[in-house]
Amino acid sequence: MPLWLFIFLAALAIIGAAGVVLQRHPVHSLLSLVMTLVVIAVLFIGLGAATVGFLQMIVYAGAIMVLFLFVIWLLNLQSQPLEPGHLALKFLGSLGSAALIAELLLFVVHPPPAITQNRAVAMDFGSIGRLAQSLFTDYLIAFEATSVLLLVGVIGGVALARRTTAGGGGAPGGTP
Amino acid sequence: MAPPSYYMILSAVLFCIGVSGVLLRRNVLIIFMSIELMLNAVNLAFVSLSRAWGSVDGQSIVFFVMTVAAAEAAVGLGIILATFRNRATVNADEINLMRW
Repeated sequence: MPLWLFIFLAALAIIGAAGVVLQRHPVHSLLSLVMTLVVIAVLFIGLGAATVGFLQMIVYAGAIMVLFLFVIWLLNLQSQPLEPGHLALKFLGSLGSAALIAELLLFVVHPPPAITQNRAVAMDFGSIGRLAQSLFTDYLIAFEATSVLLLVGVIGGVALARRTTAGGGGAPGGTP
Repeated sequence: MAPPSYYMILSAVLFCIGVSGVLLRRNVLIIFMSIELMLNAVNLAFVSLSRAWGSVDGQSIVFFVMTVAAAEAAVGLGIILATFRNRATVNADEINLMRW
């Protein structure tokens, strides 16, 4: 990816990320986040990781963000003013973020020699075949654990979102 | 050709914006979106280092991070819905039942 394209995409990603924090209306925040996620997916594809890039586009920018949108609509959230309270917490948070970014920038200014250049890679670098080979050999146990995690996620989501009836048990603390 | 360190800078900036979102906003949905932003910043670092090292391992980790994020979104949004049903608020300061 040429440098000017990277800088353009990076600027778009940072604008979107700042929009998530600064927008008043939750739907606007969500749309900013979708922009950032799509830009990151394009960066993935530009890095040669095509499979992961398309997964990012489908799973993140598609499925998860639609879930967020449904919840925002379900709760009928309106635009809210930026909350004034907890100035000390905000100050500490800004300070902590600034310290974190300064530390990371220091690392970037003096990087270890190994990561200043990209290595040459094979043609099928980001292909689904290479990824699957890695997932089903080196990371097989983690992959199987992932399926259990998703099952737990499904059960937890259903149990939490269920509206409990007057006499029945079920979701913890869920009287409407 | 943008060097890997540029991607690391972008990743760091996005992560810090996510941290500031968690610390500055009180709407639990915005806090949740900021967490997703942080996860994505880390994903970007993983993929750029995967490309820099010429190894596909980083992309496998990104795959797992996406799975965890999907499960987290399902359960977290369920918790937000259940809390809203009980307390009728999404302000993190007003959801203080478990605060000592």
